[in-house]
Amino acid sequence: MKALLKRPANWIGFLLGILIWVFLPLGVAVGIYLAVWLYLWLFVLPSGKRLRYEFTESFRIAFAQIRANKMRSVLTALGVIIGIVAVTLMGTAIGGIDKGFSNSLAMLGEDILYVQKWPWGGVEDWWNYQNRPRITADIAEKLNQVIESTPNSTLEIAVPVAMRGSPVKNGEYKVNSVILGTTGEYSRISSVDLTEGRFFNETEANSGRPVCILGADVAEALFQGRSPLDQSVQVSGHPVTVIGVLAKQGSFLGLFSFDNQVFIPLEAFKKYLGLRRGVDVRVKVKDKNHLEESRDELEGATRRVRGQLPGERDNFSINEQQAFKAVLDPVKQGIALAGLFITGLSLFVGAIGIMNITFVSVKERTKEIGTRKALGARRRTILLQFLIEAVSICLIGGVAGLLLTYGACLGLQAAMPSFPIDFSINLVFISMLVSVVTGILSGFAPAWGAARLDPVVALRYE
Amino acid sequence: MTRPTGALVIDIEQVTKLYQMGEETIHALRGVSLKIHRNEYLAIMGPSGSGKSTLMNMLGCLDTPTAGRYEFNGKNVASMEDDELADIRNREIGFVFQTFNLLPRSTALANVELPLIYAGLSPSIRRERATRTLQDVGLGERMSHKPNELSGGQRQRVAIARALVNNPSIILADEPTGNLDSKTGVEIMALFETLYEQGNTIIVVTHEEDIARHARRIVRLRDGLIESDGPVG
Repeated sequence: MKALLKRPANWIGFLLGILIWVFLPLGVAVGIYLAVWLYLWLFVLPSGKRLRYEFTESFRIAFAQIRANKMRSVLTALGVIIGIVAVTLMGTAIGGIDKGFSNSLAMLGEDILYVQKWPWGGVEDWWNYQNRPRITADIAEKLNQVIESTPNSTLEIAVPVAMRGSPVKNGEYKVNSVILGTTGEYSRISSVDLTEGRFFNETEANSGRPVCILGADVAEALFQGRSPLDQSVQVSGHPVTVIGVLAKQGSFLGLFSFDNQVFIPLEAFKKYLGLRRGVDVRVKVKDKNHLEESRDELEGATRRVRGQLPGERDNFSINEQQAFKAVLDPVKQGIALAGLFITGLSLFVGAIGIMNITFVSVKERTKEIGTRKALGARRRTILLQFLIEAVSICLIGGVAGLLLTYGACLGLQAAMPSFPIDFSINLVFISMLVSVVTGILSGFAPAWGAARLDPVVALRYE
Repeated sequence: MTRPTGALVIDIEQVTKLYQMGEETIHALRGVSLKIHRNEYLAIMGPSGSGKSTLMNMLGCLDTPTAGRYEFNGKNVASMEDDELADIRNREIGFVFQTFNLLPRSTALANVELPLIYAGLSPSIRRERATRTLQDVGLGERMSHKPNELSGGQRQRVAIARALVNNPSIILADEPTGNLDSKTGVEIMALFETLYEQGNTIIVVTHEEDIARHARRIVRLRDGLIESDGPVG
């Protein structure tokens, strides 16, 4: 007991345990009770059975009605179809962006911080960044020294990466690729997945040997399926020997490809392309769950290396994948907002169409309503019948819309495999729900009118 | 079949019905009293405007009186709500209309099953009873036909089967031969005769003397009042 008092966590666990043991059986009991009750009502008690039979009959009549008025039903459902296509396409796009985003984040590395001149995501006061001194390759070295001398550092290693677009040639084949210059330690910050050969080692990197590792697409384009190992390619006019080929990685959000890269030693990069634009310094952290701490440490370390005075503003930016979220969120919100607007508008138009057609249907079948009432249909029966008719049209529209979207997604995927789309099962539920709600809302007024008809008046109607 | 023959089914006393037509108040019924017993065959006659239709709607529990007493099998229906009246119509009254009023997109069998759906009977019982009733009216062969595939006489037979299927206390027929040629009309009246002999209570509303003569008792209305009420002869 004393031990329990000292450790509040145990108290919480204890209470939780009691709650679970009390409420779990209670919940199960209530669930069983409800299930039995529902079963009795629908299958044993006369009133529930009657409702069930009325439901079945209403669906049968609704579908007979829709079959008898095909053109009218299709035209009426059109609004709902457009609405559902809009809502599902929007969902697919957002889902796709999310999926592509998380895939792409994995490529950027969840545990990597980028020391760069510019922050990701764009800035408005670009002039404040323009004159920042460029990030030089020796900063990575100095950072590593700081990291080593710091006890319990949350950072692991810093690696310089220079990057520039440049054509790579093999005889007559030519590819515009992205050349990356880095050190042999690059393989420590990023899992370099090779299908052939190896990454360059420290010695090769430091001496600037003319060796390279090709991205999967570059290798394919330059060597057409043959092995590029030990072959020579030309990077910016300089002959370089291929020592490895990267495995296929895919593209970032379908925008730029990771398979379009060529890695060469930083020293070679300096010779061929120059380092006037500076480099990125990529820093791997020890624990990606404490990214904030690492970020603060890295900021301090970089200020020290750069010799910045206290009070001076940082003359560099520390970027992380998180920044992309901030860029992407407004895009997603924009799509959602536009989709919501289109969906709302078309569903509204669709709902009015369905309301109208249900009014027409009620008018046309006034005599039938009178007959049904004479035979014992209650108000509820008539209300249900026309509601189900409206909902059925909406559901048909919903299914058609879903199929259209699904088809469009399949087509898009076939045409552009890298385009991020994600057709999730949730969309099916959402669109079915939206269809049913639209049907109920739009069908209610006419159905209510039908239910309240005076049987005498209805029977006399011609 | 538990009630002894001759039990009182309909007991109407001093029933009035007023309609408001714009500024004008129309006295459709001005105080009608009527008793109908089990296994009676009754015709209600009268020229248009006599209150004949109003009385029929009242008897069929489609409408309630403005004033007066109406007991159906001892139950006071004068003050019932819509849904209660619907249940009475479902269980106690079988309607036969001049224009048949069959559901056009449903088969004969589905049409006859409809009152049983509202009675909350299971599909198997519905099917069995509807089939039997259709056979009873001589349509056993045409159960899966839709109304537009049936002749006028056959349609009215389907309608009569639909009226009979829930074993109602009364059959209420409104000009049942009005849309039929005279030969078919005779056949339908013969069917009513058979049903009467089997113990059913039948009320026929008509303006045709020939049709009314099939009944055993004729009630004549004029200007919202009963003009005469007596046996045929």
